[in-house]
Order: sequence, then C-alpha cells, then structure tokens
Amino acid sequence: MKIVVLVKSVPDTESKIKIGADGTSIDPQGLKFIMNPYDEFAVEEGLRIKERLKDDTTVVAVSMGPERAVEVLRTALAMGADDAIHVSDPAFEGGDAQANARVLAEVIRPLSPDLILGGKQAIDYDAAQVCPAIAEYLGMPQALIVSELKISDDKKVATARRRVEGGDEMVEMTLPALVTCEKGLNEPRYASLPGIMKAKKKEIKKVGLADLPLKAESVGAAGSKTKVVKYHNLPERPPVKMIAGDAAAQAAELVRLLREEAKVI
Amino acid sequence: MANGILVYGEVRDGSLKAITKELVAAAAHLSQAGAGPVSIALVGDAATVDAALPAARALPVATVYAARHAELASYSSQGYAIALQAAIKASDAKVVLFGATALGRDLSARAAARCDASLFTDCTELVWSGGNLRVKRPVYSGKVILELESTAGVQMASIRPNIFAPAGAGGSAEVAEVAVTIADGDIRGRVKEIVRTSTGKKDLTEAEIIVSGGRSLKSPDNFKILDEMAEALGATVGASRAAVDAGYAPHSMQVGQTGKVVNPKLYFAVGISGAIQHLVGMRTSKVIVAVNKDENAPIFQKADYGLVGDLFEIVPKITEALKKLHASSH
Repeated sequence: MKIVVLVKSVPDTESKIKIGADGTSIDPQGLKFIMNPYDEFAVEEGLRIKERLKDDTTVVAVSMGPERAVEVLRTALAMGADDAIHVSDPAFEGGDAQANARVLAEVIRPLSPDLILGGKQAIDYDAAQVCPAIAEYLGMPQALIVSELKISDDKKVATARRRVEGGDEMVEMTLPALVTCEKGLNEPRYASLPGIMKAKKKEIKKVGLADLPLKAESVGAAGSKTKVVKYHNLPERPPVKMIAGDAAAQAAELVRLLREEAKVI
Repeated sequence: MANGILVYGEVRDGSLKAITKELVAAAAHLSQAGAGPVSIALVGDAATVDAALPAARALPVATVYAARHAELASYSSQGYAIALQAAIKASDAKVVLFGATALGRDLSARAAARCDASLFTDCTELVWSGGNLRVKRPVYSGKVILELESTAGVQMASIRPNIFAPAGAGGSAEVAEVAVTIADGDIRGRVKEIVRTSTGKKDLTEAEIIVSGGRSLKSPDNFKILDEMAEALGATVGASRAAVDAGYAPHSMQVGQTGKVVNPKLYFAVGISGAIQHLVGMRTSKVIVAVNKDENAPIFQKADYGLVGDLFEIVPKITEALKKLHASSH
C-alpha cells in the first residue's frame, strides 16, 4: 500500500497567543512550534499499518507551510516515515483552507495513495476543513475524527469508527480513502535516536507551484474566497463571585443566584 | 444572482435535530439584514425525509427542499454532498448553514469543496455585512477569536449549538422536490452501522447544562454524586483530562483541548483546577460555577461563581437545594 500522511507545524499547545500589531495576524515572537498533536496519531497509524502488513507499504509525510514545516517532516521521518515532501511557494501564502487543499490534492494525486491520513483538525485554525476538501477533490470517501481503523486483509476496504452524538458510527470505505485521526486511535511513538540520526540525512523533496497543474490565481491569497477581518481577544469575564458559608449555606446561595441573578436554572 | 439562506435540516433517529431551530433563528437574523428568504434542505431516502418533513414545514421558513434518493438511506459524505448540491442549486441560496455536529462538520466541509463555496466552521457569531457573510470563530484552541468575511458565490457556515435561541413554530412552508442523480461509483463509503453508547442524555457538545468532575473525585464510583446533581438539573456529566487519565471516566466524557469543546449555558467545574487544556474546552460557557477545596485554583479566575470547600460535602447539598427548588416551583 501507499500511505500519505499530512502533517502541519503549529504553535505548541502551551503557547500564549498574542495578536500582532496589525490586528490581522498572530505575533510569531516567542512561539514554539511542534507537529500538530492530532497529526502524530496519523503518522503513528500509518506506521502501524505498514508494520502490520509487513509488505512493500510505504509511508510518505507531506507538509505545506513555511521553512519550519521541514522540522515536522524530520520528526515524521524520525518516527519511521519513508519519504517526505515539503510543499512551499511564495504563491501559496495567505491561502485559506480550500486554496491549500487544492494545492495538497495536486501534490498527492500523482502519488496515487491507497490511504490518506491526517489529524482531525490542526490546533491553530481549528477548521477541520483541509482533509475533507482533499478527499472531495480526489474523489475519495472520507471518515473524519476516527478512533479506530481496520484495513481488510485484501487491502481493499477500510472500516473506521467515529464518535457521533449518542453513539459511534462504523464507516465502511472502498480504498483509496481519507481518514482523519482522533485521540485514542493509538499511542504515538517517540522518535528513536537512530531514527533521528537517519532522518537528518534523508532528502526532503520540495514541491512548488511550477511542479503542479495549478494556476497562480487559484492558490494562496489570490485563490481564497475568504478574508481575515481581524483577530479579537476573548471578552473579559466579570470577576468571580465567591460564595462563603458552610456547605448547606453555599449550596442554597448558589442555587438562589443561578435562579434569580444568572437566570440559567 | 444567488439570494437567500438554506438551512441544512439534520435528521437523526427519524426526527429533525433540535439545532435546526437554532439555525433557522440564525438564518432569520441574516434575513432581516437583507440576506433573502429562509429555506430548509432535507436530505436522505424517502423514509428519512418524510419523517422530518412535518417538523421542518412547521418552522418559520418559506420552502422546504426535499432531496430524496434511495441511495441515501444511510449517511455517506459523498452521496449527501451530491444531494445537498442539488438542493443548493434548486434554491439558488447564497448562504448555507449547518449545525457544528458530527454530521454537520463532515458534510459542510465536503459540500463546500464540491460546490466551490467558502466555509467557516464552528462559528459563534454571524452577521450579514454588505451582501456577504461575516463571522467570528474561536481559533488557537479558543485562545483568540478570528473575525472573517466571505467573498464567495455560495457562503457556508457551521454554527455551534446554544448560540441562537431556537425559532418558534407557526410556519407552513411549501415543499419543493429536488431531483438527485447518483451514478454508480459516486458513493464509495457509507455508514454501515451505528453503535449506541448513549445513556439517553444529551451529548456534551449539545448540552445546555454540564456538570464536570476532576481528579479530586478520586474514583469512578464517586462520579455518582455528579450523576445525581446532573439528574436534578437535566444536565450531562463531563470530566477533565486528569479524571479521564486516572480512569475515573471514559474519553467520551472528556471536556477540553483533546476532548470535547462545549458551549452550555451553565457549566459546573467540580474538583477541577483549571488547566489551560480544560479551559479551552469550556470557557465560552455562559455561566461557570467552580467548586474546589483550593482557593487559589486557577479555575476561580474563569468562573462566575466560586465555592471553596469539600466537594463531597457541597455537591450533595447543591443537589438537595435543587430538588427543594423544583418541589417549590411545581
């Protein structure tokens, strides 16, 4: 099988997010970047499928973004991915989810993968939109937010479990298919020291606009039909009202306030 | 030129989902600002659509677009996107609204790519501004809010539950049949089975009231006191990552960055210190109550009401006080 894993460089979960002076960007100063945590589940799942099949399956990591995307590709290689592709071009800058999905779909198409794996969402824009758009552009079935994945012995069918309101859906797909990964799917491995050393030497293939059958006006900011108006900080909450007294008095006062002041019960 | 707002009417277990009423209210708000008439799209096989049709027609909308096809008996991203595209064409809508539910998220992203429409997911605010959709949505795990505007021909958005008050009934919408063509090979994946895990309670992402417990609950058994309080409130029980990692509750109950992002009108954080990973999952809640024995717990800085003390004493007293309140108001 050929497995493509999509990975993205995002600010660390602990990062303090500060709005830039222009109001339409995030101040990059002091941000530490990591592989999107949900993408780690995707890399791990690709590697586990390869290890289970024990055949000529290959795992290719693909990342779109500025130079720091190379770091997450190195991480994917160190975990065990066979190849890595860095998708980057000044023409891609300022692209929205669909413009970026259009680019990634054309990067992936000639690879003819049997399975595309990605995170359920990237923890920067939290849009959860790029992967399903790629599935649509490539005409593949999709299963999103998947917590369990099985590939049939004949490698023709994937069955995915996804949580929905009130239960779990079992989605059956004919390969090739796209799956986005949820926490719980697996426990991502740490890169081994030999893996890290090997990854340093591996070539990372670069792909730009000239390598793709796309016009400049359909990618990046030019190809986007959405625009950022501005970022806002969260509205301040009024200061907390502490309720004193013994447990019974606290409880009674709380219930009264929820009823009479907040009017939520 | 495209005009009007089409609400995707999600059908689950044979009935129109409650969030459809909230979406109709959101659409009415856009309509009043000049976005055109409001209609609903129902997608599915004949049985699915017919089951939801009376409830959809009773909402204050002009038209219900019924997109039926035998191949749509079970959900498929591909098949439903094809049918919805036909409904969008039939209605000539400029705006399409979805609930930010499991299905709404799946279908909206697929349909947007298919229709070359713009999509804003998980919106918490939306307005009609100069002939275009303008929204606010939390980004960076809810640490900041991003305001965006669309310039697309068809503009889609998914909206979180509990943002708009549900629209009332009183409509008698016309029904417009939508012809759906599905060819062999168009649908290559579909839902084969739904495994029930529900306890009959509302899902966390849709709940109006949530009672969540942290590691201070000390055992899975002790979650019973939260169950009892939730019962008295009609609430759904959640848990912090610490409680889930300790094995006190399943991951399906986890609220936070690696769990569910929730948006209730009332949220109780019981024995939860308030790590950033938890806060990003619940801080858009309208009213937050924190119960913790540590008066310096960070959760108190995000709460509206704070109670310092032993949760094992306070929680049963709250349950008692709630029951007393119900008894006196009936």
